[in-house]
Amino acid sequence: MPPREGIYGLLAEFNTPGELVQATKLAYGAGFRRMESYTPYPVEEAAEALHFHKTRVPLICLLGGLMGLTTGALLEIWINVWGFPLNLRAMPLFSWPAFVVPAYEWTILFSGLSTCFGMLALNGLPQLYHPLFNAPNFADGASTDKFFLCLEANDPRFDRIETRKLLESCSPVSVVEVQH
Amino acid sequence: MATQGPIPEIDDPMIDPRTGEYAVIAPGHTFKSVTQKVAGIVLTDNTPMGWLGGLFLAATVAMGVVIAVTWLVLKGVGIWGITIPGAWGFAIINFVWWIGIGHAGTLISAILLLFKQTWRNSINRFAEAMTIFAVCCAAMFPLLHIGRPWLGYWLLPYPNSMNVWPQFRSPLAWDVFAVSTYATISIVFWYMGMIPDFGTLRDRAKSPLAKYAYGMLAVGWRGSTRHWIRYESASLLLAGLSTPLVLSVHTTISFDFAVAAMAGWHTTIFPPYFVAGAVYSGFAMVLTLAIPIRKFYHLEDLVTLRHLDNMAKVMLATGSIVGYGYGMEVFMSWYSASHWEYFMMWNRMFGPMGWAYWVLILTNLAIPLTTLWSRKLRVNAAYLFFLSFVVNIGMWFERFVIVVTSLYRDYLPSSWGTYRATKWDYMLFIGTWGLFSTLFLLFARFAPMVPMSELRTMLPQTKISNGGEDAKAVVQEAI
Repeated sequence: MPPREGIYGLLAEFNTPGELVQATKLAYGAGFRRMESYTPYPVEEAAEALHFHKTRVPLICLLGGLMGLTTGALLEIWINVWGFPLNLRAMPLFSWPAFVVPAYEWTILFSGLSTCFGMLALNGLPQLYHPLFNAPNFADGASTDKFFLCLEANDPRFDRIETRKLLESCSPVSVVEVQH
Repeated sequence: MATQGPIPEIDDPMIDPRTGEYAVIAPGHTFKSVTQKVAGIVLTDNTPMGWLGGLFLAATVAMGVVIAVTWLVLKGVGIWGITIPGAWGFAIINFVWWIGIGHAGTLISAILLLFKQTWRNSINRFAEAMTIFAVCCAAMFPLLHIGRPWLGYWLLPYPNSMNVWPQFRSPLAWDVFAVSTYATISIVFWYMGMIPDFGTLRDRAKSPLAKYAYGMLAVGWRGSTRHWIRYESASLLLAGLSTPLVLSVHTTISFDFAVAAMAGWHTTIFPPYFVAGAVYSGFAMVLTLAIPIRKFYHLEDLVTLRHLDNMAKVMLATGSIVGYGYGMEVFMSWYSASHWEYFMMWNRMFGPMGWAYWVLILTNLAIPLTTLWSRKLRVNAAYLFFLSFVVNIGMWFERFVIVVTSLYRDYLPSSWGTYRATKWDYMLFIGTWGLFSTLFLLFARFAPMVPMSELRTMLPQTKISNGGEDAKAVVQEAI
């Protein structure tokens, strides 16, 4: 695939989370959907303004946990009943109360690992390159104290001049064009 | 919480006049100032001499581990003081002690997160680091105790040419699963928590090497809102998973004892009493680390007296549970009407090693549980630093008393023996202190010790005024 060229989007910088949320609501109201905000800490209101509510992380966690539970339990039952049966203190081979702890631990192990890696996968990380890192003010602010809204160029409503006007009406610190 | 008695120094700017409590974060901080404060420790060009000196000292002590383990591998576990009947000596005592210390880290990072105790934000990162390093030290002991540590993988269930599998009806096999899961989940939780902060370090680093290293660790984190929502959801889920995990790990460790039919071990109070003891010693260790670190790196604004006060309160609560456990053990040894239980308790208190029991009562109950009721002492960093050592000594003696006294005089007087640790036991144990300190010092220098992204959420600037009502009006107008 040839490297993409041209404009990625318009990036507006704000000083406070309140201004960011207002600008996001304005852009959403104006019909923009391909946009994203960037904050130095989680801002729930910004997600609401983007109408982003549902994540599939809890589902991945549940599935991972069920997989861990099944794997752990079946492993123990197979080993102790069929694979390597041992008569110890005349305990029954299928002594399930003794199997609870390892199966429980694997439930947590599998669900914990799937939660973390599932979250990263849904976020598309690791992704070491992103066009936004080309913006001169992004790296210095987005991970420290600035709030950004990026309206992306692949939105059908995107227009270099009109979109810039829209963003500038929210009195941002700056609006910069981000190149791929 | 309301506080009884006069509030000291009411003109102290750190005290919130509405509650009379110390502030969780000093007033006047901004997003930028907390970031600079924390990132500055890592990204500085001038490594403090104190840190280098500390690392040198810690690494020297850690050489004890290298020497003791080398000799152990050459000679076998016979160089330790373990004999029959005292087959569980320092190895198990130190294992339980270290892993117990780790539990406070998970408690702070997971349970306090679920309870929305935001004060934990500034101490949770290094408490988690403490957990991981403590688990490293702990896991070493049972692995060496099996005699041939290079065959440690035999503990895992895998198809092998010997056609032998683990035996899942033994609590020792449960331990393998509990401790390995605990170590893995703790590392995952710790690393995941650091991803946004590694992003901050990547963006603020000047040297190309630091930019590259933190850039790789940050996996391209850019603070996107959608990412944050998934990240927060994953954090809460991991906290929800770690909470039962941490309780189950020390419960499983207590099963190593409680499932055995030994006088003094075979009791149902062991799981809760072990968990409370673990948290007790863990908070003591957090204080041991937090007090010098906040002084050395001038983090008094972020790790305030409120944190010390709250941690001391948790110690008071868990210490009281531990005290109840000791009381119940004594009561049950009488109430059970079992000759063996009765003798075990008599031997524990007044036998040849009875002194260890009284050291334990003095250091775990008498000193902390009388003084921690005083607010003046709870906000006195020097006193808490002293007390954290007292409690950790006490908790080590608790495990010593439990492991040794039940074993060396059991049911059959003709098989009675004694237990004396050798110099190799001591060298390995003291060496693990050095290993722990070395790892912790490296962490403090190269990783963000205080979670910056979580600190930012505690600042007043995060408040969004009038709920975005203005924005709605603007939108209407635009449409």
